[in-house]
This record gives sequence, structure tokens and C-alpha cells, in this order.
Amino acid sequence: MTDMQSIYLLIPLLPLFAAVIVGLFGSQLPRSAAHVLTILGVGASFALSAYVFVDALQGNVYNGTVYTWLTSGDISFEVGFLVDRLTAMMMVVVTFVSLMVHIYTIGYMHEDPGYSRFFSYISLFTFSMLMLVMSNNFMQLFFGWEAVGLVSYLLIGFWYKRPTAIYANLKAFLVNRVGDFGFLLGIGMVLYFFGSLNYDAVFTIAPHLADATVSVIPNTEWSLMTMVCLLLFVGAMGKSAQVPLHVWLPDSMEGPTPISALIHAATMVTAGIFMVARMSPLFELSTTALSTVMVIGAITALFMGFLGIIQNDIKRVVAYSTLSQLGYMTVALGASAYSVAMFHLMTHAFFKALLFLAAGSVIMGMHHDQDIRNMGGLRKYMPITWITSLIGSLALIGTPLFSGFYSKDSIIEAVKLSHITGSSFAYFAVLAGVFVTAFYSFRLYFLVFHGKERWMEKPHEEHTPHTHEVAAHSDDEHHHVVHEEHHGLGPDDKPHESPWVVTFPLIALAIPSVIIGYVAIGPMLFGDFFNGVIFVDIHAHPVMHELAEDFHGAGAMAMHALTSAPFWLALSGVVLSWFFYMKRPDIPAAIKAHTVLINKILENKYGFDSFNEKVFAAGSRFIGNKLWQIGDVKLIDGLIVNGTARLIGRISGIIRQLQSGLIYHYAFAMIIGVFLMLTFWFAKI
Amino acid sequence: MDAIYYDLATALPEIFVLCMAMFILLLDLFLKPNNRFLIHVLAQFTLIGAAFITISTYTPSVSYAFNNMFVDDPFSDVIKVMMYLSTFTMLVYTRSYIKLRGMFRGEFYALVLFALLGMMIMVSGQHFLTLYMGLELLSLSLYALVALDRDNPRATEAAIKYFVLGALASGMLLYGMSMFYGVTGSLNISDVTQALLVGVPSHAVMVLGLVFVVAGLAFKLGAVPFQMWIPDVYHGSPTAVTIFIGTVTKLAAFAFVIRLLIQGLFVLAGDWQGMLIIMAVLSIAIGNITAIAQTNIKRMLAYSTISHIGFLLYGLMSASMNGYISSTFYIVSYTMMTLAGFGVILLLSRHGFEAENLSDLKGLNQRSPWYAFLMLIVMFSMAGVPPTLGFYAKFTVLQAALQAGFVWLVVYAVLMAAIGAFYYLRVVKLMYFDDVEDKSPIVAPFSMRLVLSINALALLVVGLMPQPLMNICAYAISRSLQ
Repeated sequence: MTDMQSIYLLIPLLPLFAAVIVGLFGSQLPRSAAHVLTILGVGASFALSAYVFVDALQGNVYNGTVYTWLTSGDISFEVGFLVDRLTAMMMVVVTFVSLMVHIYTIGYMHEDPGYSRFFSYISLFTFSMLMLVMSNNFMQLFFGWEAVGLVSYLLIGFWYKRPTAIYANLKAFLVNRVGDFGFLLGIGMVLYFFGSLNYDAVFTIAPHLADATVSVIPNTEWSLMTMVCLLLFVGAMGKSAQVPLHVWLPDSMEGPTPISALIHAATMVTAGIFMVARMSPLFELSTTALSTVMVIGAITALFMGFLGIIQNDIKRVVAYSTLSQLGYMTVALGASAYSVAMFHLMTHAFFKALLFLAAGSVIMGMHHDQDIRNMGGLRKYMPITWITSLIGSLALIGTPLFSGFYSKDSIIEAVKLSHITGSSFAYFAVLAGVFVTAFYSFRLYFLVFHGKERWMEKPHEEHTPHTHEVAAHSDDEHHHVVHEEHHGLGPDDKPHESPWVVTFPLIALAIPSVIIGYVAIGPMLFGDFFNGVIFVDIHAHPVMHELAEDFHGAGAMAMHALTSAPFWLALSGVVLSWFFYMKRPDIPAAIKAHTVLINKILENKYGFDSFNEKVFAAGSRFIGNKLWQIGDVKLIDGLIVNGTARLIGRISGIIRQLQSGLIYHYAFAMIIGVFLMLTFWFAKI
Repeated sequence: MDAIYYDLATALPEIFVLCMAMFILLLDLFLKPNNRFLIHVLAQFTLIGAAFITISTYTPSVSYAFNNMFVDDPFSDVIKVMMYLSTFTMLVYTRSYIKLRGMFRGEFYALVLFALLGMMIMVSGQHFLTLYMGLELLSLSLYALVALDRDNPRATEAAIKYFVLGALASGMLLYGMSMFYGVTGSLNISDVTQALLVGVPSHAVMVLGLVFVVAGLAFKLGAVPFQMWIPDVYHGSPTAVTIFIGTVTKLAAFAFVIRLLIQGLFVLAGDWQGMLIIMAVLSIAIGNITAIAQTNIKRMLAYSTISHIGFLLYGLMSASMNGYISSTFYIVSYTMMTLAGFGVILLLSRHGFEAENLSDLKGLNQRSPWYAFLMLIVMFSMAGVPPTLGFYAKFTVLQAALQAGFVWLVVYAVLMAAIGAFYYLRVVKLMYFDDVEDKSPIVAPFSMRLVLSINALALLVVGLMPQPLMNICAYAISRSLQ
């Protein structure tokens, strides 16, 4: 085993060891051991990832098997690593954000009785995510995929005594089953038609199968590639919360805030994006699949943005913005601009983690009140949170020179240049999305950090903070009952800035949120960073090629943006939100009163939840009940299970009689056995 | 003269065990009761010494001794080392059990060593008579061991049953061997093989002999319909003896089958294959279905053994190199699992109390999460849940059967394994979800706790990394069976 190989192994294993030790012995160890051990593990993992990244920058690629679990016929199930620049970039992002979240958690969870359990989970998550991104085969990819899912459910339901958290985690689990089912079918098809699970082998064979067809229903011919890609993409839709499988993500905010930042914003939900980018050699072979990807992404990007406007829970606003941004990345994938999607994934990881952690800091400052209508004027009390939030919001809306600007503008440009089916709709969606993003982001920002200090006006009986929420979302009132033990801020309390373990990660994340775009856009999008990693069919999908022709450096791009539509859209969004929520708070109320229908639709989140509840959940319950009554009780229990039991009972009755305990019975059985065998074999001769 | 030295050197481990067994028997007469632990130490030393001799005199070649009546090949070395290891483990597990029941005497250890000696001869025998002698030495020692607790009526009953049925089986075996002698004119395995290769003079007589030999072998393995003794003997014997019968002797019986059927009578494979298929199919069914009805855990494990033997036969009946290798892997896995399973039962027994009913396992998790976890691994492994060793063992055996073309038999075996999973998982349910009835603390010497933990964890570790063990089995078989 070479040095590099042991480093690759150590990177995921260190967090795993820390997670196992803290998870198994957490109750015996002192409280501080939980964070010291896990932070050491993740920190070392980050340092090694950075080293690997530098190594990968020099063009070194590793692709090899480290352990063969079992071989069955021609198929072997292996643990292997493929470390190229795409992987290395993901590794650095994952370990960095994870490290920041670990540190942040010390402050955020320090009163929680599940302190060490939480650290164990997030370290375990880091391990799983690293296994996912470092994999060189579908089998391990699926392992990582399910493992991050598992930890995600565990963490959404972290406060397992709250019914809302359990509801949310069940929902996430069920919705992801749908996605994973498609994903698994996709992997199954890959195995069946390509005869291998190894990326390299599959990608080599893929072009030869570009025109292959399969007939699932007799007499219909479907393109194999399209089917494989769409099935794999169903998996990505579940994990990366694309419409209509997005419903679990807003509810996942029931989990503690650090994991919302780590799992449900920066890393796990981007696994789908990463997977599609990794599979670019397959997706490039099917324009149909790309179109589907693009349209779904566009719908998510725009319509989830709208929902952000009417939310009053600080975390839910950020959650909907995550959904919308994931939609942007998906659109970029559809436009064959994989590198742009990965670029946005990276910048988004930084600024969205920042926004979530800042939201968490605000929640702490407000004594666990999450309703933004009870906030206001916090900038005086929480200066660091304020500044970093502002930076995050500016990055999110795409202010020139900030990281989000470079990635988002590139997406918009790429979509503009794309000519596949659905690209004009997608272009409209991403453009309109810019305005919406700016509007809800700054609505949140103004309501939280500026204006009147509304917690003072709050009538005393409203101290259970979510009475508003409950009224506003009558259909899912179960989701919103919050911590019984926290009552928000009293009229005489003052918010306070969070301790340094909380503010340090904010600052550390704010820095890349500002500069990473400027630094990385050249090499990542237009340089040779992703050469040999991401495959684009230049003739069929020339988007990146044309984009590169228009690119004249990061500074010029920012200057140029001042005259382009996205910039003015974003600016108008900001101004409008300032006008609505700072100057004339009566206007939004008036609009709301006059657009009851639209408001109703938005509040019901387009009815996805109630549809799922009424059709899928009720339908499954109906089918389940019927199957239970007829299939289970009568057929299986009555006939098969009890029938078998009766049969087995009878058989054992007979055998028990044979097993009489009398020697001559036993001897007789043996002699009969010999006699029968003799007869049989002599009959044969 | 040189030939004698050479012969003696080849059989050195056997000679060492023999001397030590006799020494222990003599020493026991002169020892004060307080110093009995010396016997235990000496017995363990014997095993370590024998292992040392076997390993240090190891050669990859096959050497014959005593006029080709005795053979030392990699297969015999591997099986013997496994036997030493299992006997060692079993002695660690049983020490406090026999102490509390007044069986902590020289006889126990001497008999175990004599039985071991018999098994070693079975493994290395290259002549029908050598093999038979080893078998009888083993059997006689076992009869005595079962009856060691002679005031216990159940144990004496079991011993008598075992003895009478064993005698019948031995008779069948001898009768079958005499048929071969009649046809081929030799009792030496290599000569018999040669004679059969030249041409089978009288097929009918050979098949007659074969049926009897297979019946005798099946009795030793415990395959249906020659399994009747197993539940009664497992149940009636002191647990310390049951663990011995259930593990080490199965290794020997397996080696015995390899020597007789596969080395000696391979030419008749077409005939014995069918017999093994019938026995395998019946064993898996009877073992798994009857186990469900058991309330006594020793009886349950007895039926589980029968079903495991069925799986073992799946490998053998493939009559291919691959099949023998996977069978060897299976029997080694089986030995490890069963050792750990009985280890936990021994652990739960204490003075005046025999843990033998399934209900004694209730709520084990509350009494000791660690042992419950170990038992969980054992049960998962026996049921064949990945990634435990048992899964891989079943997997390879079934794969070998598949390659030999027995598709439906494999489907059948998988279904039966699913039925079998029920009673293994019931144990898990009892341990984790039922309330504890018996709250007394679990006391065991440190050595036992350590070895038991290693034993059970090995099921998990080897299950994750089965390749080295697989390689050893493959090496042993391919080097020795040519």
C-alpha cells in the first residue's frame, strides 16, 4: 500500500473511528471528549483532504480497489477509491464545512443531553459522505448514498421526543425511498447491461451502447441510456430534493440547526448533483434525459423560491432558498454545464452553511424563538452574526464579486446558450428566480436585523412562539410545535451575541463565501481543472465551449454584470423588499389581503403535502389495510402461516413420535434407511 | 531402522498426544484435589505442544508412513490444527462447568485427549483399518465421556443409546469395508482407488458396500435418516461433553468422509452423489423444521447441527474441487459458530443450575449487553445473515452446488434456510425484547470471557474478510486431493 493509498483510507476512517468511539462510549467519557475526539478526527481528515487536493491539482489521479468484499461470478463487490479533482474538491468542501459545523456545535448543543450522540452522528455522516464522493463504483456509491440518508434521518429525528421531529424524519425516509428505488433500479440496469459496477468500465462501454434500446413494455423501444439516466436521476431527485420529491427537505428543519447547515444545505443534498456530474459520460449520451433534468431543475428553482417569500420561520426561509439553489444546480446539469453545477455546489456550500449557522446563532440569541416576526433590530446586539449574514445574503443573491455571483451568473449564461428542449423555459425560470431570491433573502435580512425590536411588543401570552405559524399553516400544524422548554425572549430580555465557538465558524465560512468565486472561476470553469473528469460532448452540447469564448477574466465578468439583467433584477428585489418591509409594512399585508387565492396556494405549498397525504399516504393505507385484511389475515396468516404452522405442528408430531426415545425405534430407522437406499440403488443398476 | 524413524516422525503429534494422555491419567492418581488445576494446564499444554509439532513439521508435500497406512498431508494438518484449537477453546469453556459438577477429574481430560487421538488417526488414516481404529478409539472415549456423570440417569441413558446405535453404525461401516476388500483385494485406500480406476469388477457388490459405508459415515455426521441419536445425546450429555461432540468430532467425521468417499471411492461418485443428495435434502428439512418445535436450547442446537450437516453435504455432493473446498470452509465455520453458541450456554450455567431452556435466555440483554451481543452474532451467523461468517459459508457451499447444476436444490436450500432463520431469530428476540426472568449475575473466569469474546467476534471479522481462511481451505484440499 502506497503512502497516498493510506492517506485515502485515513480520510474517511478517522471520522468513522471518532464516531464509533464517541457513539459507543460517549456516556462513559467526559462531555468534552465527545467534541475533542470528533474534531480531531474531522480536522485531520480535512488537513489530509487539503493535501490530496493539492496533489490532485498536479494532475494525479488515483483509481483503485482497496478491498474486495466478495466475488460472485464475474461481478465483484469492492471498496475502491477514485480520487480525481472532482472528488478532491468535494472532499475539501465536505471536510471543511463539517469541521466548521463540529466547532459550531460545541456552542449550539452545549445544553443538550444528547451532546455526544450528536457528535457521533455528524462524524458518522462525514465518513458516509466521504465514502460516497470517493467511491469508484456504484456499489460503494449506493452504500454512501444510503449511509448519509440514514444519518440524515437519525439527525432529523434527533429530538426523538418531539412528535414533529419523528413525523419529519419518517417523511424524509419515505420520500427518499421513492428516490432510492429509482436509483437502485438504475444501478441494476447498469449492472445488467454494462456487466460491471465500476465507473471506469461503465464509462468505457457506454458510448457503444448509446443507440441501444430496451423494451420494457412489449413493442415499445426505449433508449437504454435515457432510461438508465432518468432512473439514476430519480435517485438524485430524492436526495437533492427536486420537485416533486422535495417535500421532505423543509420538514427536515426539525433537526438541530448545525445539521441543517451540514446535511440539508451544504453536503448531503448536493450528493445528487455530484452524482449526475460524475455520471456525465452517461448523461451526455441522452439529450432527452438532459432536457428532463433541466425542466425539473427549473421548476424547483423558481417555484420553491416563491415559497420562501411567505415563510416566517427563519430556518424554513433558508430551507426554501436551498431548494431553489439546488434547482439552479440541476438546471446547470441539464445544460451540460456540469462544471458550473459543481462550481455552484461549492460556493453554495460555503454561503448556505454560513446562512444556516447564522440563523442558528440568531435562534440562540432569541432563546430558541424562530419566528422572524418576533425579531428585528438584532444588528445592535449580534454584530458578528449580522455582518456575516449580510455577506451570506449578498453572496446568495449574486452580488458581483461575491462567490455566488460567479456561479449563478454562469448558470444563467449557460442556460441562455443551451438549445435543448425546455431551455427557454429554464432560462425564464432562472432569471425570474434571481429576483425572487433577492426578495426573500433580504426580506429575511431586514426583518431580522433591522427595524423595530419587535420581541418587546410581543404580548405575553404569545410566548409559545409558534402560534402564528400554526394559524398560518393550519394543514400542517403538527409540524410546528416547538421546544416546550424554550419560551423565546421575554419583553425585558435582550438578545446576546453567541460565544466564539459559534462566531468563529461564521467568520471562517464568510471568507470563502466572498472570495472563492473570484479565485476559482477561471480554472474551474474555463481552465483544465475538470479535464478528463467531466465529459461533455462538444458537438451536441457546446454550451461550455461558447461560454468560455465570452469569458475574459473574473474582474471583467463582474464589470460586465452591472449592465446585465440578473444584476438589476437582484437589485430591484432588494430594493423592493426594503420598501415593503422597512418603509411600508402595510403594503405586504394589503397585498396579502387582496390575493387570497395565491396566498392560499403558496401557504399550502402548491398542495404537494396535502396531495401526498391524501393520495399516496391515504392510498397506501387503504391498500395496506386491504392487503392486511385479505392478504395478510386471511391468506397469509390463515392459510400460509397458521396453515404451515399446523402442518409443521403435524410434521413435528410425527417426528416427535419417531423420536420416541426408544433405542430399537432408532435402530429400526437406520436399518430402514439402509434398506431403502439399497433397494433404490439396486433398482438403478 | 531409518524407515522406523521416518514413520515415527510422521506420526509425532499422535505419539505426543498419546503419551501426554497416559501421563495425565497416571498423574491424576497422585495429585491432591487442590492441585487438580495442573491437569487442566497439562491438557492445554498438550494441545499447544501438538499444534507446535504439527506446524513445525509441516511440509507442503504428502508423506506416507507405516506401509502407506498413515498419511501426513496439508489437509490433515489444517484439520488437526483446527481440532487442537477447538479442543483448546472447549476446555477453556468447560473448566468451571465441570468443576461445579464434580467432573473435574483426570478422567475427563484423559478421555478428551484419547478421543482427540482417535480423531487425529481418522484424519490421517490411509487404510480402512487405520481409519476404523481411529473411529473406534473416538467412539469408545465418547461413550465414556457421555456417561461420566454416572449418577445422572439422563446421561447414562444417552450413553447407552449412543453406544448401541454407534455399535450398529460401526458394524455397517465394517461390513461395507469388507465388501470393498472382497472386490479389490486390498484395504489400503490408494490400492482400492487404483483397483477401481482399472475397472470396477463387480458394480453390484461395490454399491452394496457403498450403501453401508455411507450409512456408517452418515451416522457419524448425523445426517438424516441416521440422525436419531443426535438430539437425545446432545440433550442427555453434560453440556461440557455436548460441546465436544458438537464441534471437534464433526471435523473428524468430515475428514473421515473426505478420506473414504472422495479419496478412496471417487470412481463411484456417480453412485454416492445421489445418496448424499437425498441425505442433504432430508437433513435440511428435518433439522430446520423440527428445531422450531424445540424448547430446549441443546435440542434446538442438535437439530441445527443436522441442518448444517445438510448444507455441508451440498458441498460434498457437488463432487467437484470447488465443492470440497467450500465444504471444508463450511465445517470450519460450523465448528467456530457452534463452539461460541455452546460457550454462551456454558456461561449461563452455574452451580445447581443448567441453562438449557430457551426461556433461560430471556432478557439476556438486560443482564449483560455484551454477551447478548455475542450470542446475537452467533445466531446471525448460524442463520446466515451477512456479513457474518455463516453467510459466507452457506454462500460458497450453495455456489458450488449451483456450479454443479443443482439449481432447484439450491433454491430449496435457501427456502429452508429462511425457515431456519425463524428459530435463530427467536433466540435474538428472547434476548432483546423479553423481560428478564432470572436476574442472577453472570460469573465466569476471565479466560473464558476473553476466549468467548474472541471466538464470537471472529465470526464477524472472518465473515468480513473470508479470503484468508478460504485460501487455506483451498490450499489444503488442492494439495492433498490429487
